[in-house]
Amino acid sequence: MSQDLLKLSAAQAVSAIQAGDVSASELYDFYRRRASADEFNSYLSVDSDSTIAPAGGELAGVPIAIKDLFCMEGVETRAASKILNGYVPPYDSTVVAKLRAAGASFIGKTNMDEFAMGSSNENSAFGAVRNPWDPTRVPGGSSGGSAAAVAAGTAPWATGTDTGGSIRQPAALCGLVGLKPTYGAVSRFGMIAFASSLDQAGPITRDVADAALMLKHIHGKDASDSTSIGLPEDVVAPSAENLNGLKFGIPAPLDWGGVQTVVKAVFDASCKRIEAAGGEIVELPLPHADYALSAYYIIAPAEASANLARMDGVRFGQRADVSGGLTEMYETTRGEGFGPEVKRRIMLGTYALSSGYYDAYYGQAQKVRTKIVEDFKAAYETCDFIITPTSPSVAFGLGEKTDDPLQMYLSDYFTVPISLAGVPAISLPAGLATSDGSAVAEPGTEGALPVGLQIAAPHFAENKLLDAAHVFERETDFADGPWTWGS
Amino acid sequence: MSDATQYEPVIGLEIHIQLATNTKMFCGCRLEFGAEPNTLTCPVCLGHPGTLPVPNEQAVKFAIATGLALGCSIAPRSMFHRKNYFYPDLPKGYQISQFDIPICANGELSGVRIHRAHMEEDAAKNIHVGESGRIHGAGRTVVDYNRGGTPLVEIVTEPDIHSGAQAREWLQLLRATIKRLGVSDVNMEEGSLRCDANISIRPVGQKELGVKSELKNMNSFRFIERGIDAEIARQTALLNAGEKVEQETLHFDPSSGSLTSLRSKEEAHDYRYFPEPDLVPVAPSSELIDEIRASLPELPLQKAERYENDLGISAETSKFLAFNAEMGAYFEAVLAAAGDGADNKRIGDWVVGELVARIGADADPAESKVEPAAMARLVSLVGEKAVTNAGAKTVLDKLVESGGDPDAIVEAEGLAAMGDSDELAGIVDAALEANPKAVEDMKSGNMKAIGAVIGFVMKQTQGRADGGEVTKIVREKLGL
Repeated sequence: MSQDLLKLSAAQAVSAIQAGDVSASELYDFYRRRASADEFNSYLSVDSDSTIAPAGGELAGVPIAIKDLFCMEGVETRAASKILNGYVPPYDSTVVAKLRAAGASFIGKTNMDEFAMGSSNENSAFGAVRNPWDPTRVPGGSSGGSAAAVAAGTAPWATGTDTGGSIRQPAALCGLVGLKPTYGAVSRFGMIAFASSLDQAGPITRDVADAALMLKHIHGKDASDSTSIGLPEDVVAPSAENLNGLKFGIPAPLDWGGVQTVVKAVFDASCKRIEAAGGEIVELPLPHADYALSAYYIIAPAEASANLARMDGVRFGQRADVSGGLTEMYETTRGEGFGPEVKRRIMLGTYALSSGYYDAYYGQAQKVRTKIVEDFKAAYETCDFIITPTSPSVAFGLGEKTDDPLQMYLSDYFTVPISLAGVPAISLPAGLATSDGSAVAEPGTEGALPVGLQIAAPHFAENKLLDAAHVFERETDFADGPWTWGS
Repeated sequence: MSDATQYEPVIGLEIHIQLATNTKMFCGCRLEFGAEPNTLTCPVCLGHPGTLPVPNEQAVKFAIATGLALGCSIAPRSMFHRKNYFYPDLPKGYQISQFDIPICANGELSGVRIHRAHMEEDAAKNIHVGESGRIHGAGRTVVDYNRGGTPLVEIVTEPDIHSGAQAREWLQLLRATIKRLGVSDVNMEEGSLRCDANISIRPVGQKELGVKSELKNMNSFRFIERGIDAEIARQTALLNAGEKVEQETLHFDPSSGSLTSLRSKEEAHDYRYFPEPDLVPVAPSSELIDEIRASLPELPLQKAERYENDLGISAETSKFLAFNAEMGAYFEAVLAAAGDGADNKRIGDWVVGELVARIGADADPAESKVEPAAMARLVSLVGEKAVTNAGAKTVLDKLVESGGDPDAIVEAEGLAAMGDSDELAGIVDAALEANPKAVEDMKSGNMKAIGAVIGFVMKQTQGRADGGEVTKIVREKLGL
């Protein structure tokens, strides 16, 4: 029975509950117990309130884990930072409110890189998250807790947020589906801001159908977010049969230098499957994509330096106990409250915005961003989708890159250009690598690690994107995730 | 040598105006002055994590109206920026303001060019608990976030002002203009109008500007004038002594008249402005701008022109009435009470000359005890010669003191003018008899001597006699 519950995807759970085969509270208790016993440090808190009374709505009774970046009324929300210790928001983020209104019940808050800054989930103030495929490895970041929770089956699905790849990369490293919607599709209200012009909320799920189901419930124009637009049409369950007539563009020349051989091999195999399903592979230029990382690591820290200024110990969160004046209080509170990566990015961003440096850094980065937007616009005139690997490597070992921030930043090589362009992209399982990363592995191989494929679509083409991903998913022989391994 | 140098003061003003919208600039919190501290707040204006600003449409319209009233052009697409600095009264650690593209620019009001007028949000209010009432020496500081997020328009002038008096007069016009628009209470005491001045001096004839200092937050027109004049004097003394003016920010203490330095150029902030990514550009349609332009009321400058041209009021009195918001409103109320055919010029003179002399130029006559209808009636009694000028002044004294109806006061105090009556002729006879020397002098051609006679009559009649009438009777009686 338990294994049966575990096998249900969110969409299947909806059907099972509606059909009366499963009770909402039974499913919720099942997941709450599993989350309480989580072994991967996926959660910062698990809901202790067992008295759930699922409201109406399509998602009634389906449990969901929420990344700690989303404010939830009455639930401590820290963005995995010490500086927000004790902060209990008096309000719900729009994403949480929408899920609540749809009847979803919340399992807990998932671990993450502090303020969503990181690609390995090792920057959490509350300890690293481990990858359920191999607990000596990272789950990716920053939505590493959400990805690990779904992969380990302590949640059927979870929300994530993506600024430069924080949904897609952990989804890839944990063998899951992760969708970053078009910038503006989902309200950012109540999502603790990292880089406001890039942040987007999205689903981390076992399959494409679940990604569509969650997007359907969280997208929409929101009066509380001036930059939200919503999607122009309802999100529908993906149903495409093939990829006939669709063109998939590979950015050329793509720098494969820093990419693991096995990742390239899985990507090549993915292209063949796309062709077999009726799709056409084309090459297209994205001349400025190689500058994306440099621009991103100016723009995102610049915005973050301002966004994190409110964490000052005055009104909420942790305040340092000092005897001196205001400046000492600020310095000690922030010095003690922020972790090293957050401090690094605040300093980078502050510098990039400083008088005399603005034009050379922030101004220049914005120009690059405009060029990248134009590149994508031109690219989509000749193709329907752009495809790349999601991550240059499979999940790496804990501690492997923590001493080398630049190496860590390169994890975002494929995801960041898409964030700067603001277009939607999905990462989905494309294949497996042997545990040493040397070769493609067959499903069922001991210690195999997942490799993801990233598909990006034009602005607001989420339905088309989900349809294509759905076909690819069906054509891919991929092992079931760790959630099926346990007892 | 340096003593002989003549300096020209050059002054530019920065004026913050709190807009009288129902709610705050970027959230739905109600605005109210003097409410219980920290009761008008929400997660957005407290800068809670995850919250986002949503611009107040009414504030944008008010800012456009302000710009149009100041002759500015309205940007078809203006941007919000973040101005970054740490202070407890700034919940987000940045103020949402406008930077390189303000909503209004390039205007002019009465000879002073407007550089720009932009929208921003007000800070909260730090209250320094302790003896000084200022941050230095405060025991601790508490913050009232009610004010935080109030919509502001900041108006920046070109350096077209050259004295404290001019600054004061121009600010009064600006205040009356904004008041007339109805977009702000423009109450300096409550802080809904705040003014900073940038002041420098340069040798007369020199084009290049001198080093400026910034005088912060003066909270009355009188202090603005005094503060500016004090700073001009300080800078002049420095240059005359062969020293230099340092760029710094100053505080003027009106009680001691002294200027103290708040910070020097070296301590100036780097605000690290960058475009606010949480907001889209403000892009008012030309239809909206036209609509706002068409709904602008008659503004003080136009009003002064009308008073002068249509009512025949002197230029100076017209300006005084039109540029002083409360005085102008009161004057209009008296005009309305007086009705058609009233002597509007006389009303103007009485309001400006007599009422103001009694209640003070800074007072709001609407708050005095003199009802507009009573004022109108009093002026009309003067016009009808039912009461003399002197008698009317006595009536006005009573009105200012305790209000009431002029007719009743005239009656009760026996102030009705004595016309061409036997009673008056009898008193004149007595006066001539009592002043033989004056009579002699008049007869020998010195009519100035009549003063003593008139004085006697006025004393006897308690001012009810008309001076002209007395003169007429004297001339008749003496055959002059």
